[in-house]
Amino acid sequence: MRRKEDYRFLTGNGNYTDDISVFGQTYASFVRSPHAHAKINGINTSAAAAAEGVVAVLTGEELAADGVGPLICGWNIAGKNGVEAHNSPVHHALAIGKVNYVGDHVAVVIAETQAQAQAGAEMVEVDYEELPAVVGTGSAWNNATQIHEEAPANLCYDWEIGDAAATDAAFAAAAHVTTIDIVNNRLIPNAMEPRACLAEFNQGTGDWTLHVTSQNPHVHRLVMSAFNGVAPEHKLRVIAPDVGGGFGSKIFIYAEEVVCTWATRKVGRPIKWTAQRSESFLCDAHGRDHVSKAELALDADGKFLGLRVNTKANLGAYLSTFASAVPTYMYATLLAGTYTTPAIYCDVQGVFTNTAPVDAYRGAGRPEATYLLERVVETAAREMNIDPADLRRRNYIQTDAFPYQTPVVHQYDIGDYGASLDKACDMADVAGFAARRSESEANGKRRGLGYSSYIEACGIAPSAAVGALGGGVGLWESADIRFNATGSVTVMTGTHNHGQGHETAFAQVVSDKLGIPIENVEVVEGDTDKGPFGMGTYGSRSIAVGGSAIIKAADKIIDKGKKIAAHCLEAAEDDIEYDGGNFTVAGTDKVMNIAEIAFAAYVPHNYPEGVEPGLHEQAFYDPLNFSFPAGVHICEVEVDPTTGETEIVRYTAVDDFGTIINPMIVEGQVHGGIGQGVGQAMLEAANYDENGQLVTGSYMDYTMPRADNLPSFDVGTTSTPSPLNPLGVKGAGEAGAIASPPAVINAITDACGGAMIDMPATQEKVWQACQAAE
Amino acid sequence: MPTVSMTVNGKAVSADVEARTLLVQYIRDHIGLTGTHIGCDTSQCGACVVHVNGKSVKSCTTLAVQAEGADVTTIEGLATGGELHPMQAAFKENHGLQCGFCTPGMVMSAVDLANNMKNLDEATIREQLDGNICRCTGYHNIVKSIKDGASRMGG
Repeated sequence: MRRKEDYRFLTGNGNYTDDISVFGQTYASFVRSPHAHAKINGINTSAAAAAEGVVAVLTGEELAADGVGPLICGWNIAGKNGVEAHNSPVHHALAIGKVNYVGDHVAVVIAETQAQAQAGAEMVEVDYEELPAVVGTGSAWNNATQIHEEAPANLCYDWEIGDAAATDAAFAAAAHVTTIDIVNNRLIPNAMEPRACLAEFNQGTGDWTLHVTSQNPHVHRLVMSAFNGVAPEHKLRVIAPDVGGGFGSKIFIYAEEVVCTWATRKVGRPIKWTAQRSESFLCDAHGRDHVSKAELALDADGKFLGLRVNTKANLGAYLSTFASAVPTYMYATLLAGTYTTPAIYCDVQGVFTNTAPVDAYRGAGRPEATYLLERVVETAAREMNIDPADLRRRNYIQTDAFPYQTPVVHQYDIGDYGASLDKACDMADVAGFAARRSESEANGKRRGLGYSSYIEACGIAPSAAVGALGGGVGLWESADIRFNATGSVTVMTGTHNHGQGHETAFAQVVSDKLGIPIENVEVVEGDTDKGPFGMGTYGSRSIAVGGSAIIKAADKIIDKGKKIAAHCLEAAEDDIEYDGGNFTVAGTDKVMNIAEIAFAAYVPHNYPEGVEPGLHEQAFYDPLNFSFPAGVHICEVEVDPTTGETEIVRYTAVDDFGTIINPMIVEGQVHGGIGQGVGQAMLEAANYDENGQLVTGSYMDYTMPRADNLPSFDVGTTSTPSPLNPLGVKGAGEAGAIASPPAVINAITDACGGAMIDMPATQEKVWQACQAAE
Repeated sequence: MPTVSMTVNGKAVSADVEARTLLVQYIRDHIGLTGTHIGCDTSQCGACVVHVNGKSVKSCTTLAVQAEGADVTTIEGLATGGELHPMQAAFKENHGLQCGFCTPGMVMSAVDLANNMKNLDEATIREQLDGNICRCTGYHNIVKSIKDGASRMGG
């Protein structure tokens, strides 16, 4: 099934936030800190205010005076030793008294044109007093410079999970211990559409409309009303139209949309803001940035006995919307991986630095866990001289062990990890690798093979479980199925597409379930005035949670349809059978199709007593558990030891996503995830210098994967449908980005003699490793 | 303010703009065609690619006044009578787009590539696509689309 949404995108008729303009709109430009850490001794706005075209210049003092609340983090992490709350420094949308990273928001200039707003921003004089910057992830804790009063030693939390004593005992009994120091490099999400917003206030009705690049418009509305207080929830309409990629970076509630929504009423004009790419680099929430030590204890046969991990996680200058959960519950709970490791202990120090806030980026914690685990497993295999595929196979959770409780919170529902490994080895022709390696070596090259056996927790999650772990929101999803009298259907859900093809995949689900031609199904998302409250799209949750809500609403439609059919067909309700859009009296040829039922419901002349007219049902679905996609990726590289040039010559992915609704879309998600993962492994790094200046702040410096950096991918699947949701689905959005970095690095290190190489494995690093090996 | 006139998608257009106005701003803000996108500020991403006198250019790096009198084609001008151009059709068929933001520039670059080079193989397509960044697809299906589109165009 090809995508319904493609025509508009292919013909230039997409409708992204920056494409929308309204009469009388002004433009916002933000004054941003050029320093990583500085006191603000004063802000002189008079020259800017007097500049041509400038409508207003506003600062944090005015924002606070109007009672606009600071930006929030929605997940509290309780720490070691009974500490109940993490340290959460106040995060003003416009800085008051101090700036804490390069790009921090200091003031906003609103003007008639974009150029005038920018010129005005350059005329705002800020008297900064520079302070020493804290930059390094590994050196922030107990640094001589403390960034926030509220965070002694620059610590947000010191958190732990697992059984330390049992893990120590496992190490005491081990025949072999593998230890690695490992860095998960900091990344910048780089959705191709820069963030933007357009805020309007209607003086007549007292309503606000905010168009914004959001993965979760209802969450935007909730946070902006409940915490920032810029508008009451029922008076604020948030519309996220077409969204040009997100990868997590458009989940969060940022300063710009809060400021513009507040300011539009203050200045009495609509306000548009569109990020320049350089602003995206500085101020979109970054991803990853861990420094860890991992130790794996094994017995003489290579059985994993225990895993001990310490991680320093860089949270940036302030806590972004869900930042605190990413290096804790989204990370360490995945350290069991696909293995039966009986004892696991991990502690995490979340630290503040003078860098951009760090939050969820495609995979969010799970790529960090998978990279660490699959690197330590691969290293153990080399140290113990065990085939890496065999070592994994010896430790897999077996198919008869489900549901399987890991030592770190999760209970896996189902899986067959050996099947994915077998299929991947077959597709990758692992059997022929030795011959290919010999051939490379004969040509003066080196060749390596790398495995990654991953698992992820998607479809977050039972709301009560999230609440018990400190989460501040429910994580259910909603769906609304509205039949029109003519038999076509409008489906609304609280998820929001930003490239994943919901308009097609959800329409397929409804078309299959209700027996309506897919062209008669319209999926509507992204507008708080149209659809029901919902939690948005992230964490590969849309099909598992949103799709389940759609099925639940469709079941209600069918139940009501049976009552109507029973009346119209003069049969008992229990005798009505439903299949593929037809309501039949059992054992007869009496039938009504669902379009006829819809017409009867809207023109209820011959209609069952006590049944409401109309065919329009809503459902809210709270998942029973996470879903657990898993699989095996195998990367094969060829390295030129004289130059360090590395080519991925073969990339194989085998993923178990359970039931697949649209294989074309799912494959596309896998391709894109692998592309980002290869980017992390070989190309991308957000680097700050010692003064906290971002030195990779443009596409000239930050190496985005381009077409000639990547190969084509061999993608296959296995399937163990999830027993815990009605579709049997698991989610596919993040797998590629989670699985691929360790597969690539394991392949490169295999080619280069086994020595550790940190991501990104640039040509220089690979060359150094080859030199050391020779 | 100079008056800048050109032909866009076969229609004569004219607007008074500041001399520093970029072609992409002229197209988006003055002509109202928002299919051409701005994805960066360093002329790297290629979301803004249009055709000027039949050749692909990055409209973020071209002044509107440089296109005075030119024949400009944007993504909106590619399909005829509601029927997709063969390259657009190939992108749809091969799932060569996800979020759609880089797509207009990708398609415009691809059409120019197919016009200029025949018998495109995968390596050539990947190399020639160096000026267009996509964050969604991993390029796999874009490369497939361009190969298919070029062959539909007779290349």
